Amino acid sequence: MKKNASYEEFVKGIWRDNPVFAQVLGMCPMLAVTNSAVNAIAMGMATMFVLVGSSFLVSTFRRVIPKQVRISCFIIVIATFVTIADYTLLALVPRVHKELGAFIPLIVANCLILGRQEAFASRYPTKLAVMDALGMACGFLVALFSLGAVREILGDGALFGIRLFGESFEPWVIMILPPGGFLTLGLILLFFNWFTQKKNDFLADVAGSEGRGG
Amino acid sequence: MREREPKLLLFHAPLLRQATTTPKAMRDVIYALLPATGAAVWFFGLGAILVLSASILGAVAAEWLFGSRAAGAAGCLRGRSLLDGSGLLTGLLLGLTLPPGLPLWMAFLGGFVGITLGKLIWGGLGQNLFNPALLGRAFLLATFPIAMTTWVPAAAGTGLTDLYPGSLALPFMQSGIDGVTAATPLGLMKFEQEATPLAALAFGNTGGSLGETSGLLLLLGGLYLWLRRDLDWRIPVGILLTVASFSFCLGLFDAGRFPAPLFSVFSGGLLLGAIYMATDPVTSPVTPKGAWVFGVGVGLLVMLIRVFGGLPEGVMYAILLMNAATPLIDRYTQPRVFGYGVGSE
Repeated sequence: MKKNASYEEFVKGIWRDNPVFAQVLGMCPMLAVTNSAVNAIAMGMATMFVLVGSSFLVSTFRRVIPKQVRISCFIIVIATFVTIADYTLLALVPRVHKELGAFIPLIVANCLILGRQEAFASRYPTKLAVMDALGMACGFLVALFSLGAVREILGDGALFGIRLFGESFEPWVIMILPPGGFLTLGLILLFFNWFTQKKNDFLADVAGSEGRGG
Repeated sequence: MREREPKLLLFHAPLLRQATTTPKAMRDVIYALLPATGAAVWFFGLGAILVLSASILGAVAAEWLFGSRAAGAAGCLRGRSLLDGSGLLTGLLLGLTLPPGLPLWMAFLGGFVGITLGKLIWGGLGQNLFNPALLGRAFLLATFPIAMTTWVPAAAGTGLTDLYPGSLALPFMQSGIDGVTAATPLGLMKFEQEATPLAALAFGNTGGSLGETSGLLLLLGGLYLWLRRDLDWRIPVGILLTVASFSFCLGLFDAGRFPAPLFSVFSGGLLLGAIYMATDPVTSPVTPKGAWVFGVGVGLLVMLIRVFGGLPEGVMYAILLMNAATPLIDRYTQPRVFGYGVGSE
């Protein structure tokens, strides 16, 4: 039962409550750094580190943090992890760090992270909070990657820098530019909502016919 | 869900039907565009037909694929919205704004995007904020900036069976072949201060988009539309007057540097945009006063972009920007309802 609960917290973030597709959170990095798959994954990993780390700390100290100043406490915890992520990326992959630029320090302002602290980590035990953070971060990573992959394939004819269509590919310049991010995200959201609606219709249908049969 | 057969039919008051229907109005605009389309074929040969068909095909394909969903609320069958001809018209209008040597797959994509993102995603015919054809063109211009600004010289009547080798590029591939290119009259004016003779502009023997070359034939189509009452004359007149007077005023300062009024009116896509796109009843104001505001706004923006902007031509962005302002214009130019608001308010 207990194992089930933490598994449930993990899985929900990947598809059903996906932070981007279902909650539409974290739009700033979503639109800004997804012009290539590598950037998207680096941003996703950095966010995952920050989210899991701060969820762990916040959840552990949830009884100690005074309710009145909890937001500032969350921000300080998040900022600590962001600073660590910032310097780690700078040391390990300076090229990616340069491309992501100001968007790594801006993880502090990612409402996905603050939202999870406020809505989940500060109310639930550490184990569940970490599982929730992992699930949400995975969902965010999936969303970032799908956007980054589409934009890099169409905008550059490549994936992870490997040319897919040969030399004479005509790049879709718009996909590298901000409008491409908005267009792609809009289309993915459209697909997600369409799929969810179909699924709910189907489930309602099944439930309806079962009700009649019984 | 099946519709039940009604036992009693009740109708609301306006029982007198107007003879104009959407398909009729669309057909009128298509007829009005035929002379200009013929001129495009005359000047650019088989390539023009191919580009036009590709963009029409793209628009119609999108309409057929997704149109049923947009019309789903009304219980329409798949492909039903094809019958009103609006998809065809959007494809034709878009095709007329494209350069003659554009790879066909790009023209197809433009038509497809124009209909899906420009019209159906808003809820179908009559719901869209922006002109679908211009939206498709804006998408193409932002996506393929080089291909969209490569012009070929017009070859009146001599190259009817010629093909532009670049237009047959495989999907997602560059055309790769460098053909003969030419500058548009506006490009020449902006970057080399060289005016094209007015006769060439009026008859259309210049480089440029398919439909923007022959000014007189576009005016002829506009006249037909005006006679058929399919067009709010205030919008094109407002646009053209604003452009002409703006460039007349500029000419007072420095006649050599700025375009002459008639050149401004006849060059580029201004006539095509002013007569056929700015007057799209869905995306332009419905009130008479609003139509004037809209026309003057488009004219001002066109001249501002042409003279002070980085681009040689600005009709597309001018119309799209004013499209966005249309609901606001409509709201502030409501005519007074008879008997209300006299003295008070």
